[in-house]
Amino acid sequence: MFDRRVFLKSSGLALVAGGFLPRVFVRMAGAATLPAPNRKVLVAVFQRGAVDGLNVVVPHGEKTYYDARPSIAVPRPGSGEGAALDLDGFFGLHPALAPVLPYFQDRSAAFVHAAGSPDSTRSHFDAQDFMESGTPGQKATADGFLCRAIAQKKVASCSPLRAVSLTPALPRILAGSAGAVSMNSLAGFGVRAGAASAAVSNSFESMYEDAVAGALGGAAKESFEAARILKSADPASIAPDNGAAYPAGAFGNALKQIAQLIKADVGLEVAFTDVGGWDTHAGEGGSEGQLSNRLREYGAAIAAFATDMGSRMADVTLVTMSEFGRTVKENGNRGTDHGHANVMLLLGGGVKGGRVYGRWPGLDSSHLYENRDLAVTTDFRDVFAEILAKRMGIENLTPVFPGHNLNAKRSLGILA
Amino acid sequence: MLAVFEASAAAPTSKPALANREMAIHALNRLAFGPRPGDVDRVVSFGVPAWIDEQLAPERIPDGAVESSLERFPTLAMTTEKLWEKFEKPIREARQEKKNGVNGVLDEQAMVPYENRPRRIVEELTEARILRAVRSERQLNEVLVDFWMNHFNVFAGKGLDRIFLTSFERDVVRPRIWGKFEDLLLATAKSPAMLFYLDNAQSAAEPDHRAQRPLRLARFLGEGMAPTRANGNGPGGLNENYARELMELHTLGVDGGYTQKDVTELARVLTGWSIVRPEQGTGFVFRAPLHDIATKTVLGVSFPFGGGIEEGEKMIRILANHPATARHIALKLCRRFVADEPPVDLVERVAKRFLDTGGDLRETVRTVVTSPEFSDPRYYRAKIKSPFEYVISAVRAIGATTDDALPIARQLGQMGEPLYLCQPPTGYSDAAEAWVNTGALVARLNFALQLAGNRLPGTWSKAESLLPPDTATDPRASANALSCALVGEELSPATRAILEKRIDAEAGENARVPLIAGLILGSPEFQRQ
Repeated sequence: MFDRRVFLKSSGLALVAGGFLPRVFVRMAGAATLPAPNRKVLVAVFQRGAVDGLNVVVPHGEKTYYDARPSIAVPRPGSGEGAALDLDGFFGLHPALAPVLPYFQDRSAAFVHAAGSPDSTRSHFDAQDFMESGTPGQKATADGFLCRAIAQKKVASCSPLRAVSLTPALPRILAGSAGAVSMNSLAGFGVRAGAASAAVSNSFESMYEDAVAGALGGAAKESFEAARILKSADPASIAPDNGAAYPAGAFGNALKQIAQLIKADVGLEVAFTDVGGWDTHAGEGGSEGQLSNRLREYGAAIAAFATDMGSRMADVTLVTMSEFGRTVKENGNRGTDHGHANVMLLLGGGVKGGRVYGRWPGLDSSHLYENRDLAVTTDFRDVFAEILAKRMGIENLTPVFPGHNLNAKRSLGILA
Repeated sequence: MLAVFEASAAAPTSKPALANREMAIHALNRLAFGPRPGDVDRVVSFGVPAWIDEQLAPERIPDGAVESSLERFPTLAMTTEKLWEKFEKPIREARQEKKNGVNGVLDEQAMVPYENRPRRIVEELTEARILRAVRSERQLNEVLVDFWMNHFNVFAGKGLDRIFLTSFERDVVRPRIWGKFEDLLLATAKSPAMLFYLDNAQSAAEPDHRAQRPLRLARFLGEGMAPTRANGNGPGGLNENYARELMELHTLGVDGGYTQKDVTELARVLTGWSIVRPEQGTGFVFRAPLHDIATKTVLGVSFPFGGGIEEGEKMIRILANHPATARHIALKLCRRFVADEPPVDLVERVAKRFLDTGGDLRETVRTVVTSPEFSDPRYYRAKIKSPFEYVISAVRAIGATTDDALPIARQLGQMGEPLYLCQPPTGYSDAAEAWVNTGALVARLNFALQLAGNRLPGTWSKAESLLPPDTATDPRASANALSCALVGEELSPATRAILEKRIDAEAGENARVPLIAGLILGSPEFQRQ
């Protein structure tokens, strides 16, 4: 086991071929002969507030959809301005997500409809909690499922920036002992003491190398390494490639920074961020309006991310989730209330795209969950299980989703 | 038996007993939020056992100064009804106007004046918690408030809990932490905060277990608070959430010997324990028509057909005085005050005292903090501070004054312990592992530098004032004096060497003293208690 900290100080590159390697060192060494880093990255996006999946991927082939939503339905494809963008003759994409359509058409993006958590709760708080802990119905689970997934993935050398959340605080999904890091901004991470920052950081680092640090020593070592890697690789200085234009706002900014971390080759394996504003109880709108505005920013950010990543997208799988869907029928306020199943987007490496996956349960009242909501036919855990197994190489998923019957037959085969 | 009991059965220490001064430091670190300048000397001269005794009877310690300083937070004294009027109604009305398409109403938040925004309530609670922890003379009381608010965690981010928490802390928890555990437990069980947080307010008997035909719950509870349709059994349905956490977290503990059937039956016992709609007065209400009147058995206790509220009250008293509860509470108190893995013998002794005194919390805590194990040298500075303990102890150590604690509250968020915002009912961990993570440690170091450098908005510190006059001109002597002032004793030779190196490099710089103080507050030594 080599000591990476020493390595970083001495730049002993030859020792770590195959391990992670900050790009700055590759550049320094002019190491054109080193193998290109091919670490797979999972980017998970949480749409907090329960997005209305029926208006994201619209079942335009169902008359019931139009009957249930007289004022907020997205018109059938080909019906003029504001119409849904057809995906497969039955489903269509919300027109505000037009930037995402090319990725569906070139088969790098897929959707899973009627996906979600089997738990019946319609509380944002509980449903988010269950989705992030990965144990629907079990409230006492202490850690998040992505944290448990990282812990399952043994690698010879792992970066302190293995799991990063671009959020102000460490989210539930990454809570636990795997050492995930949360940050608002890549540029701001590290010891800050004005002009003396570097010197003060060194002093702290020396202190924590001493035995007196005990249990803190490990975390400290990772912190200083993370800060040093961010400083030397300077991902924040990496401009978007391929003319990618991220929309203004927190979500675009988060995805832009995740792209920077990936391109800087700092050893990232799991990235997380969230985006809110989906709780459309009133004035949701159809092709235009509240939801449309949120989707426009959301779709533009995701498309910018894919553009920015370019060919690197083959190593990256982006997946989105939301705690539950919304009622099939619009309510008296031209909005929708808390429902059940929802739609997930998968984009990037390994995705057998160009399809809407999942068994469609239908919108006739006899097929609805509790007589009102789209039924869940795909457990969100099965979608993640497939990603974690096929992309992240995690063999034993039982500790990741304890109590869940991980049946390979239920795998939808979304990924190659 | 819990694994930790076995793991911690270590041989007695061979370290020498703690000296008087170390004992004072230890007591101030564990039973208070760390020493302020001069506190160690005061406790030494007062006598450590006498000081502990005094802290165990906080009602006799005058604390008027801190209480009057909190008068500028008006919500602390408001009833839940008043909080509803002032903070929930305006935002709901604005939301309704937006829904109705009233001209110009695009953002309901913008329609509500700042002083009527609901976030004010939790901000004031947070500020008060921080200011009391920093300034109160009743330090052990504040440590125990932190302990019990965490034991009975309620998440302010869940709907109406933001208006229920003020009364929960003020009227439910604070008045009962020195009394009988069963009274505290029963009060939390009947609190709107807990009933809402863990969904018991919307738990109802299955229709064929009710005395009368089903009521339209939404009429009682309002939109969004009506029961979910568990099992598709018509309106209403059993919600097991509170019953499960009541046994797993509040009383017996996860290995407390109950079954899933006990959880379900206890949930049935507690059906009808609900809350009055806020606009109709707020508070606990027993809704008899929703109560499950069929026969039930919980932990071997049978309830015949036709019972009411007394069933839940009886079960809560049984749970409160159960031997498994005694062990669970004893373990948590020992973990908080003694060690992450406390000695088995101590936990057993504390549990016995709990049972012998009918769950008297003062006597239970006294048993922990006056035990030989508490002053065992092997636990001296052996626990990592939680973010709250770390931040408050740093502010106290440097003798800082605070008139706006929100920047401190935000720092706690960065370190992973935002007050009143712990989402899962487990509360925050009392063991080190949870706090030792990469992003959080950087946040601690930056907090230390900001605080000591007098760069934390709303808080004033002057590290130079900690120095005795004769050391001011000698940098190395001043570093040593700062260590003694902030940590209570000299630092390890390694840490000292690092400080001296930094001092030599900074020679002649005016910012030297605050910077060295920041390094000491960020040092591994100061992370421990």
